[in-house]
Amino acid sequence: MAFEYAPAPESRSVVDLAPSYGLFIDGEFTDAADGTVFKSVSPSTEEVLAEVARAGEADVDRAVKAARKAFTSWSALPGAERGKYLFRIARIVQERSRELAVLESLDNGKPIRETRDVDLPLVAAHFFYYAGWADKLSYAGYGPDPKPLGVAGQVIPWNFPLLMLAWKIAPALAAGNTVVLKPAETTPLSALFFADVCRQAGLPRGVVNILPGYGDAGAALVAHEGVDKVAFTGSTEVGKAIARTVAGTDKKVTLELGGKAANIVFDDAPIDQAVEGIVNGIFFNQGHVCCAGSRLLVQESVQDEVLDALKRRMATLRVGDPLDKNTDIGAINSPEQLARITALAEAGEAEGAQRWAPACELPSAGYWFAPTLFTGVTQAHRIAREEIFGPVLSVLTFRTPAEAVEKANNTPYGLSAGIWTEKGSRILSMANKLKAGVVWANTFNKFDPTSPFGGYKESGYGREGGRHGLEGYLDV
Amino acid sequence: MSEQSRLSVFKTYKLYVGGKFPRSESGRVYEVTDSKGGSWLANAPQASRKDARDAVVAARKAFGGWSGATAYNRGQVLYRVAEMLEGRREQFVREVAEAEGLSKSKAGAAVDAAVDRWVWYAGWTDKIAQVVGGANPVAGPYFNLSTPEPTGVVAVLAPQDSSLLGLVSVLAPVIATGSTAVVVASEAAPLPALSFGEVLATSDVPGGVVNILSGRTAELATPLASHQDVNALDLTGASVDLARTLEEAAADNLKRVRRPAPEDWSTDPGTSRLTAWLETKTVWHPIGV
Repeated sequence: MAFEYAPAPESRSVVDLAPSYGLFIDGEFTDAADGTVFKSVSPSTEEVLAEVARAGEADVDRAVKAARKAFTSWSALPGAERGKYLFRIARIVQERSRELAVLESLDNGKPIRETRDVDLPLVAAHFFYYAGWADKLSYAGYGPDPKPLGVAGQVIPWNFPLLMLAWKIAPALAAGNTVVLKPAETTPLSALFFADVCRQAGLPRGVVNILPGYGDAGAALVAHEGVDKVAFTGSTEVGKAIARTVAGTDKKVTLELGGKAANIVFDDAPIDQAVEGIVNGIFFNQGHVCCAGSRLLVQESVQDEVLDALKRRMATLRVGDPLDKNTDIGAINSPEQLARITALAEAGEAEGAQRWAPACELPSAGYWFAPTLFTGVTQAHRIAREEIFGPVLSVLTFRTPAEAVEKANNTPYGLSAGIWTEKGSRILSMANKLKAGVVWANTFNKFDPTSPFGGYKESGYGREGGRHGLEGYLDV
Repeated sequence: MSEQSRLSVFKTYKLYVGGKFPRSESGRVYEVTDSKGGSWLANAPQASRKDARDAVVAARKAFGGWSGATAYNRGQVLYRVAEMLEGRREQFVREVAEAEGLSKSKAGAAVDAAVDRWVWYAGWTDKIAQVVGGANPVAGPYFNLSTPEPTGVVAVLAPQDSSLLGLVSVLAPVIATGSTAVVVASEAAPLPALSFGEVLATSDVPGGVVNILSGRTAELATPLASHQDVNALDLTGASVDLARTLEEAAADNLKRVRRPAPEDWSTDPGTSRLTAWLETKTVWHPIGV
């Protein structure tokens, strides 16, 4: 039975978009040194949302110098005072959360249900959590008086623009560092609104600098000799380039990179819950999630039952207007990403896997991809090996727990994994054997500021979140 | 009674790989001399790239068993290493004195410190998880636990200047937490390290958990830094220039890298060499009835 839904759009009038935005350096919005600008486009409508200054090498230099200058007094502030700034930021984010949620959905294309219920609450929670650490660093297990590193150069992706900003900025400031952050070129707006949050909070100038721009600005930031710490979330390919750039320097680095997580369903799993977990694992945020459960490993004996239920569930997913409160799957973030997903899905078919997607009407403007699954996938297929970063699930099967472990670990990535079974001892044994930094058992895609996040192997190194997340920003 | 002095028996120094004592597959050796006078001490095997790769294979093979052993068991084994080293104290005092040009008493102090370092790390095996891991109070009905896990195969360039104490100080923390090691001994002073393989072989350390190579540091480090089945790289014994090149190569599969830094092997080692080779795994499970 198909349900009809009337449109239930969230009003975009809570967001007051200016026609153009500058770089945020030393507490001021400013043009790029060479005057270059780029456009930020809404991926669900292809409407230009605003024109944004594009940072270049000279701007990176200016921002790093501002952050360096601010570091002296910021790091000398009593931790309790630094903490209070972060508490202020957390509160202002909470106050402005609807505005920021709508803005994020406009600029990124993700459903308002996610920005409103997941991204923004987590952003505020991250600042709240690390605010409390600022005057307790000597109790964090990193020695009696751990020192900050200096200037943190941070480069973040477009999939969770404001949340990734929070993951980067909150621990950096709590530990006493100052920040130069480059948001992704397709989603610069929420970071620029955050600059305004910093101004409202009275944050001293230069402590947070925001440089919208492209990869060249990110590369210049990482390579800048005034940067003491590099934090990056993004692709494994760029992560490796960063690791090469910082080789032989004193820069401390944390990298959160790609993934190809196995979501493992055993024959005794509660099927309905598992199906919800599979759907959440791969279709949350259009599959633009580094820890997405993009490989479903289902035990052979329940394969048909699970796939039937999964297809029924997928047929009810609503794809469309990100600002509609009923929308489950929003727009693909950019035409480039859509092309990548399309190419990999085509490779899946060409290599012999069977493609299935529910009947699903896609909007005519914007960038869209229907929720898709592939069965008959082998470990050799590209769709089983490469990160698709889209709403595409590859289904493989297994017979024994040992085979599930072997297939799950047969990847250069190691970010996350899922286990679905009612047997406690099996959960613990599987969790022990999976080479992944986060293991969700009978749940998936859960995040919390107290919970360390990060990968094994080529998914990167270092952890963000929790007490562990402080280490990357302290000289220890 | 005859006054004629007995002719001593020289030892052929060999590599320690996979629990066995092979010569270099290349058949090469190099002369090791006393650090003071430059007089000949022994011919050490000059291991090749192939020896380095064989050592990685041995270390990978041993990883499952060693990382799966209980922390208590690893502690017992590390303590056994201390016992065996203590028992051969005299031999190591002589070898360290010759290798580093130290007086008997200074070499003795270094060997004693090396024994004590094994005891220190033996005690850490079943405590580090409690110190660096723990429950996380997430805002929801979930059990959430972070635990440290060994990273895998660690390639270690042992310090050039401290032939035994330095070697022990970089090696023990790798295996204490369940990783396995391929160690490149001090290039100029490899003999104590090679003899130390004999201690390991009699200490209940499973074959392959520690593999010791001697030879040219740069020649051996290069294939190790770019090896796709090595998870981490300790550059302690690398020069600044070599360290940069190796760190660049290590980026290819995102090895965890510890850069060289000034070291004082006589001070409290802290926990940073333990945590350098640990991954944090966080497990979630819903709470409900």
